Amino acid sequence: MSLIRVLFYFMSVIAVASALYAASTKNLVRSIFVFFVTLFALAGLYVLALADFVAVTQVVIYVGGILVLIIFAFMLSGKETLNVIQQQKGKFFSLGKLPAILLAALFFIVMINVMLKADADNLAWVKDSITYNNTITPNAVMIDNIGVNLMTRYLLPFEAISILLLMALVGAAHLSRKEGSA
Amino acid sequence: MITLTDFLVVSAALFCIGLYMIVSKRNAIQILIGIELILNAAILNLVAFGKHDSISNSGQIFALFAIVLAAATTAVALAIILNVYRKYKTIDPGKINNLKD
Repeated sequence: MSLIRVLFYFMSVIAVASALYAASTKNLVRSIFVFFVTLFALAGLYVLALADFVAVTQVVIYVGGILVLIIFAFMLSGKETLNVIQQQKGKFFSLGKLPAILLAALFFIVMINVMLKADADNLAWVKDSITYNNTITPNAVMIDNIGVNLMTRYLLPFEAISILLLMALVGAAHLSRKEGSA
Repeated sequence: MITLTDFLVVSAALFCIGLYMIVSKRNAIQILIGIELILNAAILNLVAFGKHDSISNSGQIFALFAIVLAAATTAVALAIILNVYRKYKTIDPGKINNLKD
């Protein structure tokens, strides 16, 4: 077993375990902070998939931006949420969660079946890209290629997404202003 | 070598955990975390398949687009959650049960 496989298993176990903990804990604060760990482990997985620029963007935007935003929202909505959590304590496994667990487990089984049947490593275009040397190699530098592609082939989606981001941020600022002061 | 199926299995697990969080949680912020988990599972798939496209880098570029979209979604969703909290003093989606007027 090579080192890269060991790293892959390590990262994926951390990601899945911390996501499970974030899903199972009753404590909202713990849930948010464990989600940090999930995001870092996912950034590690992106590096192992040879997408280092996406990994850095993940750390900067998710960990630096989104999680800070979530923590802010949590602090602004304060005490009430904590009170709700305290009341539910004591029951380790509640029957009300059973349908959700069943749904997620069945979905997981179906998806695993589909993925094993699809046999992604033997897809035609994947084999083509391996034979024509179109696969990213670990020592290739992809960042300049990403930049050139972003400004040529994917310019339209890039501009569309920038407009969308502007609209979303203006909308968020409009929604969160004090009522009546506008 | 890490195969594509390995990545697919990890992302399926993350997707199902996110689905469980969305369905079962009584807290809007935790539901939002579940949505983020599902988005991250999708991004992991994009990146894993994007490894086999070194000329146009489509997987990685669309992973970047998905990250930006997630940021936009979160900003709007948190603004909505704050508004709901201001009006109802709770962020339990099951207790928010009347319209404006």
